[in-house]
Amino acid sequence: MIEETVVSLQEGEARPMNMIEAINDALHVMMGHNPDIVVFGEDVGYFGGVFRATAGLQAKFGKMRVFDTPINECGIIGAAVGMAAYGLRPVPEIQFADYIYPGLDQLISEAARLRYRSAGEFTAPITVRSPFGGGIFGGQTHSQSPEALFTHVSGLKTVIPSTPHDAKGLLIAAIEDNDPVIFFEPKRIYNGPFDGYYDHPSKTWKNYPGGQVPEGYYSIPLGKARTVREGSAMTVLVYGTMVHVAEAVLAEKGVDADILDLRTLWPLDIETVEKSVQKTGKCLVIHEATRTSGFGAELVSLVQERCFYHLEAPIERVTGFDTPYPHSLEWAYFPGPVRIGDAVDRLMKE
Amino acid sequence: MVDQTGRIGMPRGNLPPLELHVPEPRFRPGDPVDYSWLDIPGAGELPRFDEACEARETMPATLGMVRVLDEKHRAVGPWDPRLDPETLRRILRTMALTRAFDDRMYRGQRQGKTSFYMKCTGEEAVSVAHAYALAGDDMVFPSYRQQGILIARDYPLVEMVNQIYSNRADRLKGRQLPIMYSARDYGFFTISGNLATQFPQAVGWAMASAIKGDTRIATSFVGEGSSAEGDFHAAMTFAAVYNAPVILNVVNNQWAISSFSGFAGAERSTFAARAVGYGIAGLRVDGNDALAVYAATQWAANRARANKGPTLIEHFTYRAEGHSTSDDPSAYRSAHEREEWPLGDPVMRLARHLIALGEWDDERHAAMDREVAEEVKAAAKAAEKNGVLGHGFHHPFHTMFEDVFEDLPWNLREQAEQAIREREAKWPAAKGAGTSDQGEGA
Repeated sequence: MIEETVVSLQEGEARPMNMIEAINDALHVMMGHNPDIVVFGEDVGYFGGVFRATAGLQAKFGKMRVFDTPINECGIIGAAVGMAAYGLRPVPEIQFADYIYPGLDQLISEAARLRYRSAGEFTAPITVRSPFGGGIFGGQTHSQSPEALFTHVSGLKTVIPSTPHDAKGLLIAAIEDNDPVIFFEPKRIYNGPFDGYYDHPSKTWKNYPGGQVPEGYYSIPLGKARTVREGSAMTVLVYGTMVHVAEAVLAEKGVDADILDLRTLWPLDIETVEKSVQKTGKCLVIHEATRTSGFGAELVSLVQERCFYHLEAPIERVTGFDTPYPHSLEWAYFPGPVRIGDAVDRLMKE
Repeated sequence: MVDQTGRIGMPRGNLPPLELHVPEPRFRPGDPVDYSWLDIPGAGELPRFDEACEARETMPATLGMVRVLDEKHRAVGPWDPRLDPETLRRILRTMALTRAFDDRMYRGQRQGKTSFYMKCTGEEAVSVAHAYALAGDDMVFPSYRQQGILIARDYPLVEMVNQIYSNRADRLKGRQLPIMYSARDYGFFTISGNLATQFPQAVGWAMASAIKGDTRIATSFVGEGSSAEGDFHAAMTFAAVYNAPVILNVVNNQWAISSFSGFAGAERSTFAARAVGYGIAGLRVDGNDALAVYAATQWAANRARANKGPTLIEHFTYRAEGHSTSDDPSAYRSAHEREEWPLGDPVMRLARHLIALGEWDDERHAAMDREVAEEVKAAAKAAEKNGVLGHGFHHPFHTMFEDVFEDLPWNLREQAEQAIREREAKWPAAKGAGTSDQGEGA
């Protein structure tokens, strides 16, 4: 029997962490705080996950609360729904976002609908963690960004952090949330921010402000965007890995942009988006996911509906191409500095 | 060796063409029905296995059949649960009440009081006897034909009718298709219209119960048709891997809408036999024999509660009516199937057993039938005061937007306001009454 050590809910001193360490720390803090939290998924137990996000959890909290599962995403999400019905707060891991599709019926028709269809008798306070996005030579089955599938589903929240600091605070908020949350972790920036130049040496989180992560408990409310930098020339709506790419490109071009890291895709922080576009009059939407029916289409629509008379130029949308993520040509797919730079130039000409 | 492609491999030789087998049921509309091909083992023949036995030892029970009531209406053999007459009468009454409820709700649908209904006629023993053999707080993850469990657990009939009529007293706020009940306080999970999703959920619930050191177990139901879903495999694998305290039931009622059980693999093996391949105990049960269903459930429940593992029970029965009010079975199967079904009617089989025991008679049976019909009628009348589908008295308009999330996000707030504007445009008289109990959609 494992002793429950209740961790006090206090924010501690900040120290440098990479995003994996921050996520791991969030899980340690929350599992120590709430005995109803269980963590499970493929390879997450003894081994600690293929990206090490769950390292040390089984040794600390025991096999009843942290365990490996069969390779069956329908079973992982389905079991999580049943556990939630019992009263647990499951935090399953789907090893790669690309593997989540066999679990979609359990997410879309079940987890997302329980509260509604049972009029609140049953809920699904489940946080599904999953690494997503490309840039690591993962080929077409370890690189996808399927977030728009989930923002399209009523009843699901979709969260994507872009720094270790936000990853920990948002994951804690997601676990505490009483609705199902899809928590996509941009795996390209697990170990350091990425400016889009794949041929430059990689950076670590060590000297980056977002890499300073408080010990202990803190949460970042879902549904709130983060202003990465304030500016007046244009609004950039971005999330995940692309936050850092956008930041680098705009700095390089010397454009005084208002960059918003959305953090929670849905429910979107519409107020912050509107205020920014009304201030700047221009809007650039960026995501790594394929273009057609991507989340960018929703953002462009909302900005058009709500800020049309403030717009001084057509909204620009920069995305991945509508192809599977190609292995050898992944940087040709990736919406890197050239593609973003062109869109910035077009906006600045107006 | 080199084959005809010039590559390494075995030469195929001169073979006849490959053939695809598309299953076809034995009888179609108008056909005379002969069930002599169906091997029905005699009551009392199957030995009763130790509840703690190895899963593979149950193989004979997955190919044979747990049967207790014989042709002379006696309870025979090692599976006889030896229930006292009072319990038998209660089971009988619950089955009769379930049937009476189905009959009235079916008529209600035909009278336009609701959009949809599903009867469980012929399958009452499966759910009712199962419920009697469980603890009252064991958790049920039902499919859509286990109304007998709710009725056995004394869930108020009027609440069921309110749900079926989607009226203003419907606890589910008119959101769910009729019969898709949810009753947390009665250990009854919210029914999904997506088939078999409840199977892995039940395993997850059972895992949680074990994680917490609880003593409650879970039980779940799918039809033989939806046992073909991937969720079945997920549930069986998880249940076996974690030795989860769960009973997984396949109600083999021979028909999935118009597709006979052959399209789920029944021509090849029994559904119960799948259990052993997963390392799960399996039992095939005469689903029209309430005592056999009770005995099998009790065996599986004891096994699960003793941490000896999950059990797959195949309830061999017959869907005597259509799939739902939306299909006409005479368009795809022979009406004689129901008449000739060799396992008889579960209600009458239990009644005749009680009569053989000297604990029941035709007069009491007729009186019981009148009584349950009156009980259902009273519940239906009471529910109708809260409205029927499409005739006012639905839930307040704004409730449509509630419970998507715990809190209403901005987009739903805006859409709720829009919905009320649309309604006021269509029904100007209702202006300002957007949150009232009455009024129609835009």
